[in-house]
Amino acid sequence: MGILLHIITMNREFDVIIIGGGATGAGVARDCALRGIKALLIERHDIATGATGRNHGLLHSGARYAVNDRESAEECIRENMILRRIASHCVEDTGGIFISLPEDGLDFQKKFIELCLAAGISAEAIDPKEALLLEPSVNPMLIGAVKVPDGSVDPFRLTAANIMDARLHGAQVLTYTRVDELIIESGKVVGVKVTDTISGEKGEYRAAITVNACGIWGRDLAAKAGVTINMLPAKGALLVFGHRVNNVVINRCRKPADADILVPGDNITVIGTTSSKVSFDQCDDMYVTREEVDLLLREGSMLAPALNHTRILRAYAGVRPLVASDDDPSGRSVSRGIVVLDHATRDGVEGFVTITGGKLMTYRLMAEWTVDLICKKLNIDKKCTTAEALLPGSTSTSGDCKRTAISSYGAKGSAFYRHGNRVDNIDSSTAAKRALVCECEQVSVGEVEYAVNELKVNNLVDLRRRTRVGMGTCQGSLCSCRAAAVMASTAKMCSERAKADLKSFIAERWKGMSAVAWGDTLREGEMLSWLYDGVCNLSNKNQQE
Amino acid sequence: MKQYSENNFEQCTKCTVCTVYCPVAAVNPLYPGPKHSGPDGERLRMKNPAFYDQSLAMCLNCKRCEVACPSDVRIGDIIQSARIKHSAKKPGLREFTLANTDLVGSMATLVAPVVNATLGLKPVRHIVEGVMNIDHRRIFPKYAFGTFEGWMRGQRKAQAQFSKQIAYFHGCYVNYNNPPLGQAFVKVVNALGYGVQLLDKEKCCGVALISNGFVEKAKKQAKTNLASIRKAVEKGMAVVATSSTCTFTLRDEYEHLLGLDNHDVRESIDLATKFIYNLLCDGNHTLKFNPEAPRLRVAYHSPCHLERLGWTPYSIELLKLIPNVELVKLDSQCCGIAGTYGFKKENYQTSQAIGEPLFAAIEASECDVVSTDCETCKWQIEMSTTKKVLHPIEILASFLS
Repeated sequence: MGILLHIITMNREFDVIIIGGGATGAGVARDCALRGIKALLIERHDIATGATGRNHGLLHSGARYAVNDRESAEECIRENMILRRIASHCVEDTGGIFISLPEDGLDFQKKFIELCLAAGISAEAIDPKEALLLEPSVNPMLIGAVKVPDGSVDPFRLTAANIMDARLHGAQVLTYTRVDELIIESGKVVGVKVTDTISGEKGEYRAAITVNACGIWGRDLAAKAGVTINMLPAKGALLVFGHRVNNVVINRCRKPADADILVPGDNITVIGTTSSKVSFDQCDDMYVTREEVDLLLREGSMLAPALNHTRILRAYAGVRPLVASDDDPSGRSVSRGIVVLDHATRDGVEGFVTITGGKLMTYRLMAEWTVDLICKKLNIDKKCTTAEALLPGSTSTSGDCKRTAISSYGAKGSAFYRHGNRVDNIDSSTAAKRALVCECEQVSVGEVEYAVNELKVNNLVDLRRRTRVGMGTCQGSLCSCRAAAVMASTAKMCSERAKADLKSFIAERWKGMSAVAWGDTLREGEMLSWLYDGVCNLSNKNQQE
Repeated sequence: MKQYSENNFEQCTKCTVCTVYCPVAAVNPLYPGPKHSGPDGERLRMKNPAFYDQSLAMCLNCKRCEVACPSDVRIGDIIQSARIKHSAKKPGLREFTLANTDLVGSMATLVAPVVNATLGLKPVRHIVEGVMNIDHRRIFPKYAFGTFEGWMRGQRKAQAQFSKQIAYFHGCYVNYNNPPLGQAFVKVVNALGYGVQLLDKEKCCGVALISNGFVEKAKKQAKTNLASIRKAVEKGMAVVATSSTCTFTLRDEYEHLLGLDNHDVRESIDLATKFIYNLLCDGNHTLKFNPEAPRLRVAYHSPCHLERLGWTPYSIELLKLIPNVELVKLDSQCCGIAGTYGFKKENYQTSQAIGEPLFAAIEASECDVVSTDCETCKWQIEMSTTKKVLHPIEILASFLS
């Protein structure tokens, strides 16, 4: 990173600085780059570490919002159709159903279909028997079902693809870089002071406009500019099941409530979410409680009873950046929609824009609105093209893509899921490159090297976000040491750093497992501990005595 | 509700001990091993059936992975079920010939001397390889001139005189290739005071049909067998087989791979050595051995499916009961043939490489004869070593006075 920072030192002037490497920030960076605006994106951790990487991965059809929030519903279905096209390798067209159980009745369904259709969302009532054929895991007690164009979307891939495209079009990206201060001159935000969190090196960057895309952490950033944004951190907890229980998204056809969406994503299924208020100091370290796990399981098994006897891999939680409406001083009235704040007109602070609210589904639209505002402020006359331009990896479909990259179909197919047609950039020329690092998720040595060399990977957790290493059934028991070895040699890490990295990766895996550590998950945890503590003595027990 | 949940594969903690014990993975680097083909692959196939990999055909279904698994994952079943569900390869003439042991056997026994002589000829074996992809080095089992069932028809009266009766599942091998084994079994069981009957209708157990892709036919035959077995069990008879693989198929594969409910009769299906050993242990049964018989050094090889049943000790202990038999227990390992697997040209090398350590151990054992409960292990060992192979029951019968 030090080297990267040094290179950029040569060129510290930008049109726009975007702070926050979630889907929104990545989307803004890409949109700027495509419009020829010189952009720098700064992220204090890795990409997609906040709310972006901590949700269902549901490609909303908008149906969930149809009854209460027509505007969101319309936005969702429009973006849904756009993402299917521009991000085809991040999206899976699973389809979705909204099921009515006996206690729900069918009254809601009628209104639901009507309002879905009004919002432009195709919604077709199907017979419960047909629903069971379509998705055999669905609760057989159902009395009604509606088919909608839901799908699943991988937020890591989506963010990574946006970042990649931004970079391909000239944007600069700094991860593991913390913004310490906003540089304010004559009441105008003109740049940022940063610290490289790995090397400790400090730096300064300047731009006409600074965009706050920090999600829930945006409140703190705004405060640095003396601006107040009323935010309400709302925690949402989710559970990951060991394999695909369902191949079609299952929702509950009732007023949106806790744990009523079951989404199949890559090789797993996710149930969520809960919703509870948390304090700002909890946002950096989310734990899932026993009560949340119980609730998720109880409600989830109403959608698919098989969840009761399916292994739970882990639990995780994210924080929704809910924004209180500006016209409500109590802060109670929450805006669920997209919020773009031009702090020049709102607070008299020039050169500072906040983009928040919204949802993963509307990240592109949020970016479009933000960059439209930037263009207006910078007097640039360029139209947004992000709804048409295909993201890297999605520029050809699976049919066109040479699937010759890796030896067996398993690894090849899995890598294609992750990298789309960029799978061809993965070296699979020798048996050593084709050897598997992660067997559960079929990640080859070549893929790890590709990720380290081309996708800005600094540690094993970053690697996991880009390749799914350690996200499978064994949660890293078997693969993390192999991945650490390949990474250390590719990224030229010293063995001490590689060991420390391995340790923190395993701790991160265990954190997610510990909330659901019973049965097979506990056995897996035991195995993890035997291997890394018992055999490798990673915690250096004897030396401490 | 089944004893094993549908998510049985999720019990896998990825410890990989199954792959360590896999005979194929040890000799063929192209086979990803049972963990990868089984529980790992199952998870991917649930996402998208396109993740089915043709390398699963390299599994020889020995089930040694299941014996090794500390988490009770039915790895072999997962792999075989995936083959049944996803394999796009249609069985051809070779598969038809190898799988339909009943049909081929009943035709061959009519003209056994001709078939045996012809299949023994090198040029013929090369033609067979060319046409059928059966390796020319593979030696076919000899067919008998006349079936075991034919011999049993002449036994009806004599067998009916015993007050206690059992039903004998002889299997295709005894019927078409080796009636003397069936006769030896009848001799031993008679000496213990039991008469032997055939089942109403016995079809091939179907193990070769399943592994060669004829699942529907296997199901049909299994249903016939189960109906006959039920009738025998209702009459209070145990159903006993000399072949360890037939026994295993009837007891376990019918339910696990064919999805047929056999729980009502499963416990009545027994293996010859276990059935006889248990009788000899109950205090009411004895066998008289010929004290003059010469000493015989026997090396016992435990077949994979017998290991999966967990019944190897019965065969070993039974052999140990025979005075004048000096027993050498060979290390438990797969011989490599796995039924029809080793006949296929593409598997020949793997098959022989798997068996290599066993063959060496047999030669080093200085035994007079090898014994095993499985007929295909017998073919493999006789083809690949200098020793002759006998079923424990044949040895037992030859020592009776």
